[in-house]
Amino acid sequence: MKGNEVIAEAAIQAGCRFYAGYPITPQNEIPEYMSWRMPEAGGVFIQAESELAAINMVYGAAAAGTRAMTSSSSPGISLKTEGISYLAGAELPAVIVNVQRGGPGLGNISGSQADYFQAVKGGGHGDYKLLVYAPFNLQEMWDLTMLAFDKADEYRNPVMILTDGVIGQMIEPLYPTPYVRPELPEKDWILDGCKNREPRMIKSLYMGEGELEMRNLILQRKYEKMREKEVKFVGYHVEDSEVLVVAFGIAARIALSSVRRLRRDGFKVGLFRPVTLFPFPEKELSMLAEENRRFITIEMNAGQMVEDVKLAINGKSKVLFYGRPGGSIFTPEEVQEKIQQSLNYQPHLAKTNLIL
Amino acid sequence: MEKGIIIAGFGGQGILFLGRILAYAGMLENREVTWFPSYGGEMRGGTANCTVIISDELIASPIVRNPDILIVMNDESLRKFLPRLRQKGVLILDSSLVKNPALRTDIEVVRVPATEISNTIGNTKSANMVLLGAFIAKTNLLKKESTFEALENSMGQRKKGIEINKKAIMEGIRFFEIQISKSKCQNI
Repeated sequence: MKGNEVIAEAAIQAGCRFYAGYPITPQNEIPEYMSWRMPEAGGVFIQAESELAAINMVYGAAAAGTRAMTSSSSPGISLKTEGISYLAGAELPAVIVNVQRGGPGLGNISGSQADYFQAVKGGGHGDYKLLVYAPFNLQEMWDLTMLAFDKADEYRNPVMILTDGVIGQMIEPLYPTPYVRPELPEKDWILDGCKNREPRMIKSLYMGEGELEMRNLILQRKYEKMREKEVKFVGYHVEDSEVLVVAFGIAARIALSSVRRLRRDGFKVGLFRPVTLFPFPEKELSMLAEENRRFITIEMNAGQMVEDVKLAINGKSKVLFYGRPGGSIFTPEEVQEKIQQSLNYQPHLAKTNLIL
Repeated sequence: MEKGIIIAGFGGQGILFLGRILAYAGMLENREVTWFPSYGGEMRGGTANCTVIISDELIASPIVRNPDILIVMNDESLRKFLPRLRQKGVLILDSSLVKNPALRTDIEVVRVPATEISNTIGNTKSANMVLLGAFIAKTNLLKKESTFEALENSMGQRKKGIEINKKAIMEGIRFFEIQISKSKCQNI
């Protein structure tokens, strides 16, 4: 199974019964798979007329209490952001998959990580947050997709799976662990016909004085709870590291190859991999910040997560960056070289692509 | 031990399929594997390539810059990937299609007239499987039986296709073994 298909099957097994999407490479295997698998599972698959239609169909399905999902790649996600903001405002649970490609604009179809800001800083209008998961292998594609549906319901909030063309297209073995439904709050807010009960309303328009501020404070409390409870990260050779690489998703995978090689050669390097991008593991990173430890953030973009790393480190350590934008995929050799450079980093010798 | 393999040729030659069988067979032998395709612009007549890694330990990056083994089915792919092949790497090529290869001297080359062999067993489209046979015989990286099982599992009900492909793999192995015994005779 390709990474994209893994997401689709995991969604079905987690009880997703509504999918709407519009084709775009490199995520086409998701709607393709859903087109036959969803009817088989007794759910609804719709190839919508546009990304806007798809996200709004998901809004409707979620309001009716169904586990709903849509997927796209970078330009398509941009189109969906209006709907995502509405979902967040109306507190509707949904899973949105972004199999990132190179940008800006139509860009290219290669894997990329240039939508980090869009995913974690909002993307659409208004003060909202998505819970954002960044899988780095197919096992995590499976596990985190299932978890995404649970967390969406738990928080009544849209959850994003932020992956990329490489992981979406690749094949590797995984254990398709069966879905176990956790204890979740009853959906006592859904619109399922108000016979014998008071009508309910789901909306994101609050015009009364102070009403919207109240709503926002409720949302902020929810995001605060996520910050406390939902942070996920994995560390490799962190403890004695002199240089700690910070990377997520595919970049972390490539960097892990480099880190392992360097370790074999006796270099004290490690890797810190955030699995949730929002909430960002800032406390954990902050605790690792020491004067004699250097950080290098490695991303397939021109430098986005590095800003959050710097905020977390807060000047306590040096934070360097290496990245390649535009859908260029770096090799372990290339990253290894950059990490090695950062071991001997001297500010006055800094190369232009190793930004301080 | 970790081996990176790049397979390249025209779309429609079964490049991606050949890679999937390698990865699948590797998984059946309890190895760590990854398969990563070129995607998007591929179609019959265009170019296609994929990267397969077979390893004894967890594979981090699925991307290979310098492969240990290169399998090519057209000139264009040879030009593109030959410079990236590791020193002492193995190049397996379809000599029915790759006519005038400008080769390096620091690598091993296995020339297999895969398309011709495939024609003689009645199906041109099995040239990829002939190369798979030569790959098995040359590298001993995978067992013949696991590729058979991988074929059966990925082709499902297409019994006839499975048989032709198995035959093509056997022909590939046989061709390589004959070549080896010939060259040994010449040495004597």
